[in-house]
Amino acid sequence: MRGTACPLNWVKTKLQLEEMSAGAVLEVLVDDGSPARNVPRSVCMEGHLLLETSVVSDGVRLLIEKR
Amino acid sequence: MTAFSEDQIERYSRHIVLPEVGGRGQRKLLSASVLVVGAGGLGSPVALYLAAAGVGTIGLVDSDTVELSNLQRQVLHTTTDVGAPKCHSAAASIEAINPDVRVIPHTVRLTSANALDIIPAYDVVVDGSDNFPTRYLVNDACVMSGRPLSHAGILRFEGQVTTIVPGRGPCYRCLYPDPPAPGMVPSCQEAGILGATAGVIGSIQAVEVLKLLLGIGASLTGRLLLFDSLGMTFREVQIARNRDCAVCGDRPTITELVDYEEFCGLAGALRSGKELTP
Repeated sequence: MRGTACPLNWVKTKLQLEEMSAGAVLEVLVDDGSPARNVPRSVCMEGHLLLETSVVSDGVRLLIEKR
Repeated sequence: MTAFSEDQIERYSRHIVLPEVGGRGQRKLLSASVLVVGAGGLGSPVALYLAAAGVGTIGLVDSDTVELSNLQRQVLHTTTDVGAPKCHSAAASIEAINPDVRVIPHTVRLTSANALDIIPAYDVVVDGSDNFPTRYLVNDACVMSGRPLSHAGILRFEGQVTTIVPGRGPCYRCLYPDPPAPGMVPSCQEAGILGATAGVIGSIQAVEVLKLLLGIGASLTGRLLLFDSLGMTFREVQIARNRDCAVCGDRPTITELVDYEEFCGLAGALRSGKELTP
């Protein structure tokens, strides 16, 4: 979701997570800056698990496990 | 499962991020249908907020045309709508807010002859009517067809609101078994209404409907919420289902819809042969 403004990063992530079964892992690519801070916070508030955060060439990669 | 469009994701984003709603909840709203009886003081905020929320189908029952005195509180209609049928101007306002919503106009007065043809097609009903015959008709039809009903009434600076879920709590007749004698309770026309009071109560009705559709929160079943805008107080009264209620009780005596006639004043009461109550 490079180039996507907040809060749509989290909204779209959440919509994806809704369709997944518990334990499944979602990989999300967001812009550095606000998205990279906001999405992990929302992920945790919603009760999912942030497995990994890594900086890649074109943004930040998040690995999220659905609870 | 139908995917949301990009516009819908953005439009409903403030709903989707709510843990209690999410995309699942928004889909429930988009596939729901609500009937709003009366596109007036209460019906206006209800219809506007339900449309904004993305309730997929909104039915509107109103046979009146827009009058200038309506505009003091009936925010569905604008000055250029004066003279137009209320259903038409309401449909235009709703369309402008949210093109996802399908509006079904019922440009009729609800009667015992049509209520059970109209009401069962909807998931939830909202009573925004301004007269007792319609209130009782809507209540009875909702009980008979098992449809949840948001009931409310407003006058002067006050309002009341409750949620009726047939089978789970009291109905309107459990609280008020019979309509008041004609002329006993004044209308907004005679007694007046602080316009914004309608907005408060109608908005509460919209919240209650959304909660019912989403299956979240605690609704006003068995609770009558009383609002006094002058003192700015809310008060709550518990109401219980009456097991001897004529329409929702264990042995109902009202099994068909009733058309109470609303007479105006002395002449009407004499014509009906009824005794005048002192």
